[in-house]
Amino acid sequence: MSADLFTAPDYFQVDDLLSDEHKLVRDSCRAWVKKEVTPIIEEYAQKAEFPAHLVKGLADLGAFGPTIPQKYGGGGMDYISYGLMMQELERGDSGVRSTASVQGSLVMFPIHEFGTEEQKMKFLPKLASGEILGCFGLTEPDHGSDPAGLTSNIVDKGNHYLLNGAKMWITNANLADVSVVWAKDENGDIRGLLVEKGMEGFTAPEMHGKWSLRASATGELVFDNVKIPKENLFPDIKGLKGPLSCLNSARYGIAWGAVGAAMDCYDSSLRYAKERIQFGKPIASFQLIQKKLAEMITEITKAQLLAWRLGTLKNEGKATPQQVSMAKRNNVEIAVDIARQARQIHGAMGITDEYSIMRHMANLESVMTYEGTHDVHLLITGMDITGINAFS
Amino acid sequence: MNVLICIAKVPDTTTKITFTENNTQFNTERVQWVINPLDEFALTRAIEIKEALGGTITVMNVGLADTEPLIRKAFAIGADEGIRINAEPTDCYFVATQIAHYAKEGNYDYIFAGRETTDYEGAQVGGIVAEIMGIPFIAGVPKFDYDGTTATMEREIEGGKEVISVNPPFLASIQEGVTEPRIPSMRGIMSARTKPLTVVEPVDAGSFVKIKSYELPPSKGECKYVEADNAEELINLLHTEAKVI
Ligand SMILES: Cc1cc2nc3c(=O)[nH]c(=O)nc-3n(C[C@H](O)[C@H](O)[C@H](O)COP(=O)(O)OP(=O)(O)OC[C@H]3O[C@@H](n4cnc5c(N)ncnc54)[C@H](O)[C@@H]3O)c2cc1C
Repeated sequence: MSADLFTAPDYFQVDDLLSDEHKLVRDSCRAWVKKEVTPIIEEYAQKAEFPAHLVKGLADLGAFGPTIPQKYGGGGMDYISYGLMMQELERGDSGVRSTASVQGSLVMFPIHEFGTEEQKMKFLPKLASGEILGCFGLTEPDHGSDPAGLTSNIVDKGNHYLLNGAKMWITNANLADVSVVWAKDENGDIRGLLVEKGMEGFTAPEMHGKWSLRASATGELVFDNVKIPKENLFPDIKGLKGPLSCLNSARYGIAWGAVGAAMDCYDSSLRYAKERIQFGKPIASFQLIQKKLAEMITEITKAQLLAWRLGTLKNEGKATPQQVSMAKRNNVEIAVDIARQARQIHGAMGITDEYSIMRHMANLESVMTYEGTHDVHLLITGMDITGINAFS
Repeated sequence: MNVLICIAKVPDTTTKITFTENNTQFNTERVQWVINPLDEFALTRAIEIKEALGGTITVMNVGLADTEPLIRKAFAIGADEGIRINAEPTDCYFVATQIAHYAKEGNYDYIFAGRETTDYEGAQVGGIVAEIMGIPFIAGVPKFDYDGTTATMEREIEGGKEVISVNPPFLASIQEGVTEPRIPSMRGIMSARTKPLTVVEPVDAGSFVKIKSYELPPSKGECKYVEADNAEELINLLHTEAKVI
């Protein structure tokens, strides 16, 4: 892959809406991505291997749990900072951002939100420092968009719970030291529990054959009569709102992350279009190329402003899950479209690993599906504005 | 161990340079400002030494309030305290006089400056500060070690290398090679919020240099390619067009 010349577009001076600290957060993450991610990411994506050596660097940077209080090893930062970090990480690769999202929003967030003080002290500092990795098990082979139907279950055996079932499509499943698992109790209520690596009857095989998020590990969690100590259950949270609140936090990060991937595709396209000569002039001189570039920057600008506004609402505690759905859906969609247009602008070069385009494009297909599919988020907006549930 | 690092604000190296007011003013519109890269190397080296030996690192800047984000960045990288001398940094003598005045009060074991700033490349501030303070000045240091009592430095000299040892107090101007810059971590950025930044007023000092006008280097002309086996045409072009032979 060629040198990382990325410069971020800022057509509407969104920078003026950020504090100096926000800009320092963003610029530091950008510098880290240029130094650590860009030089190696194409190779790992080609090999379909997770660059495990980045975990320590991500932790040192502070990418794990930036919004978790410092007492537990988190960053204690606001949601704009968190969003900007996700933007920059995904500018590098959606898989690298996924690891940060899972560790922060899907593992540290529920432990912090629903865990006992002992659970927090036991896991959060180590998760923040990257000493251990976590994963989040909600999706099952037969229950994706409809998690309420999940069948993994726990039975109270007096001094422990017995867990049975299976999870699928779980990011970092095979690498995780601790898994946040959602299963039903005997009353049919969804409960959250912490399953630790090495527990008897618990296996986590890696899944292979992905054309997307190739530099991110995905696996299964299989529970065959796993004895879970009682202190590993989240004591009070019951029902879907547990896992959904985690997803809400991760989706928020995706709304920003997708902008990063889109910016990278646009920036590369703009540079390529000015340098690539056909018919005696730079291809940027042709109206059809300009149309693509102009539409890209327009959509990026709109997506940036949507993410920024959502961040300010989140800082004020006012962002609704429905607003998060709209931002996730819109920003991922524009990123996918921009990646496809960028692919065309780069001509044949666009399909190679000399450029980040095809990798982003393939990654974004997963991003469109995970954390609530594109259509499910549309139905959430539909339900919100009409008051009518069109899911079932 | 008390160490002072002089840090300056310079345009990011990718900045497109333009001028206003009939080429007498640098156009600062939408310029990205950064800590002078050599100052950042110096700061990072001082932090590494502090991590081994302990101590306090103070950064000092002569500048108006708009330099404070850069001082906070220095905090995020690892500086402990900051002093901003509230004045437009007009010329090297003015800046050095301010720094020397406040550095005398600080009782620092040693002081680092960058060898030069990447904008005006004056390469004078460090030397003038040392002169005013009456302490040794070591210019252009790419390798620096300190054991708590004595500093050992290497300098590149014509045809070789010079190894120097100096006892505090002294001032060294730092250049590339001394260490790799560090990327601020989120924890560093958060801790920067509460580190003390003191603003002090400038002392009287002369300013001797006025910039009369700026000029950009002539833009590179278009390249003409001549086939490798066509020496005749090349000679002809050099003679008739470039008029150099
Ligand atoms: C790379 C990757 C990593 C992942 N990581 C994790 C993880 O860490 N943890 C985790 O728990 N999960 C993870 N997932 C799973 C992801 O969240 C699910 O894939 C997602 O929720 C969709 O479920 P599904 O794949 O079963 O699709 P389905 O739910 O079967 O959907 C198939 C299609 O039907 C549509 N559809 C479904 N229901 C409706 C409806 N009511 N109305 C209209 N259309 C509908 C969907 O929009 C979609 O287009 C990951 C997935 C991928 C690809």
